Amino acid sequence: MLGVTELQDMYETMVMARYYEERLQEEYLEGKQPAFDISAGPIPGELHLAAGHEASGVGVCHHLRAEDTVTAPHRPHHIAIAKGIDLKAMTAEIFGRETGLSGGKGGHMHLFDPNVNFACSGIIAEGCPPAVGAGLAAKKRNTDSVAVAFLGEGAIDQGAFLESLNLASVQNLPVVFVIEDNDWAISMPKERVTDVTNGVQRAAGFDLPGTRVDADDVVAISDAATDAIGRARDGNGPSLLEVQVHRRMGHFMGDAEGYRPDADKDAATRRDSIERLETKLRANDIDDETLDELRSRARERVDDAIEWAKEQPEPEPSAAYEDVFSSPPSEDPERAPSVADTGGED
Amino acid sequence: MAQQEEHRQTDRSLTMSRAMVEAIAHEMREDDAVFYMGEDVADYGGIFDSTEGLLDEFGPDRIMDVPISETAYIGAAVGAAQEGMRPIAELMFVDFFGVGMDQIYNQMAKNTYMSGGAVSVPMVLTAAVGGTYNDAAQHSQTLYGTFAHLPGMKVVVPSTAYDAKGLLHTAIRDDDPVVYMFHKRLMGIGWLPAPDGPKTGVPEEAYTIPFGRADIKREGADVTVVTLGLHVHRALAAADSLADDGIDTEVIDLRTLVPLDIETICESVAKTGRLVVVDEDYRSYGLTGEIIAGVAEAELAALDAVERVALPDVPIPYARPMEDEVVPDTDDITAAIRRVRSDE
Repeated sequence: MLGVTELQDMYETMVMARYYEERLQEEYLEGKQPAFDISAGPIPGELHLAAGHEASGVGVCHHLRAEDTVTAPHRPHHIAIAKGIDLKAMTAEIFGRETGLSGGKGGHMHLFDPNVNFACSGIIAEGCPPAVGAGLAAKKRNTDSVAVAFLGEGAIDQGAFLESLNLASVQNLPVVFVIEDNDWAISMPKERVTDVTNGVQRAAGFDLPGTRVDADDVVAISDAATDAIGRARDGNGPSLLEVQVHRRMGHFMGDAEGYRPDADKDAATRRDSIERLETKLRANDIDDETLDELRSRARERVDDAIEWAKEQPEPEPSAAYEDVFSSPPSEDPERAPSVADTGGED
Repeated sequence: MAQQEEHRQTDRSLTMSRAMVEAIAHEMREDDAVFYMGEDVADYGGIFDSTEGLLDEFGPDRIMDVPISETAYIGAAVGAAQEGMRPIAELMFVDFFGVGMDQIYNQMAKNTYMSGGAVSVPMVLTAAVGGTYNDAAQHSQTLYGTFAHLPGMKVVVPSTAYDAKGLLHTAIRDDDPVVYMFHKRLMGIGWLPAPDGPKTGVPEEAYTIPFGRADIKREGADVTVVTLGLHVHRALAAADSLADDGIDTEVIDLRTLVPLDIETICESVAKTGRLVVVDEDYRSYGLTGEIIAGVAEAELAALDAVERVALPDVPIPYARPMEDEVVPDTDDITAAIRRVRSDE
């Protein structure tokens, strides 16, 4: 059961995640109007925003520690924020700056913050196996860390996900799979690409406990996550959590969503998990002044991060040649491996 | 060649994506066995417009949106092809090949050989390729060399609308698996503006362009530039800029990697003695080395100078200054052409 202080923390993080996406949208579209040219403006490349997914990232990550591992998909910002990623360095990375998490090499689909064990990948479902690996490491080292793999409902038909469920299950690993169901895989509605629309059924197929949270409600998600993460931490193995969220924006910025009925878009906007939590907070006697304060603090952090990121220098072109290896091969062609280097003859 | 020149004089010009769609539609009307499978190819019309409008004419049974399951649907295309269908399966980004690679290179590419020719796999695997728009390491590769290296697949890379249509007709009618790699930057999509060049005259009627015939996109006497895809247009721009300095550059567009038209390249090098190979794929163990080796085997004596211009051996970085550094641009090509002429 969450206390009202925890609810306020969650509210602040959700507002921060939502406002972050709204501000990035503004920045991204600068220079891209009226003609949308993906190469123009201050933010390069594709941008997949997660407005409407906040309850999932916050409800789950609230129960995680820095040493717990999270892998996220191509729509990662809300999860990263909830996991406590370095917000300024993430923002600089998204703007392609030298002081970004990866010095501008990764970009918004490829964010890595080892300080909080967060990583994401742009290939659908491919974050699942590394999460299983993090769970395996925790088990071998006998720690009580857990790993959480986030994926979209479009990823549930991928081998990488299904194979990961099986491996985690048979090895009894401390892994939680979180399916963020926003109903749409770009233009493909879930019911048109699978007859097994409830992720819990997939979990059952691998003898894993599964829970689906239908309401886009951070409290319900948090309750379910408490059980799943607690089970993993206590050595009782993996499980699956499917949560209903909503895609309030296009698949990527620039997606006109011509395939999506207006009613569906409207419904996604109406079912607002942040408003839902606000109602709950008011019922707990949190007044307007306090809510305003939480919102202002969240927005200020975002504005600061964006302002800071935009002031950061772009990377030197020559930086492109660094970091291919963490122990680069010797650049001296004269240097042959010595006996000591190769492990020796004795 | 004369016939092609005639076709090019048509007044009607199309973007590369419209030219591709026209070829697919024509083949689907002619042959019920042809169908298209991919992610977001139906209602969306392909993220890069490769199937725009086809759903309306052919319906969801022939323009099929599939689950995000590359192994399953590419493998299903292999199986359907072996049953006599002529599937076209699309990889939204070629970078996603890893997800379904077993079906591509252990099944699609090898079944004809392993069956001693008893089985054929008449399918096309289309794939969007290329960078230049900051989509980073998992969405910007061309991987031309990877597919051309593995035996059993014909590999096609168009650079203009005219070539895109003719090569796609040939690909769909071919009895072997064809990997058809279209560059995102050439498609003529509103949000990803194309350079001048890929939008060309395209005849309304069907026509085929035979595989294994490179196209001399610009004739010249001093230097041979061999390239493909987006870099055909960058090489042509470099050639134009050097013409003012009296350097006469020949630009050869490979059009197909398998089969490779080494003869046309060798004839050109016999004339110029100077070879620059330009590629948007990684430098080592790839296309540039292959072309140069082929020329060296056949025309070593004619070869006075060689340069290669390719991606260095690093994953493709996200930030603009770094991506611009690694993806060859017109200036890189111009400099390489000057270098092979430096002893003149």
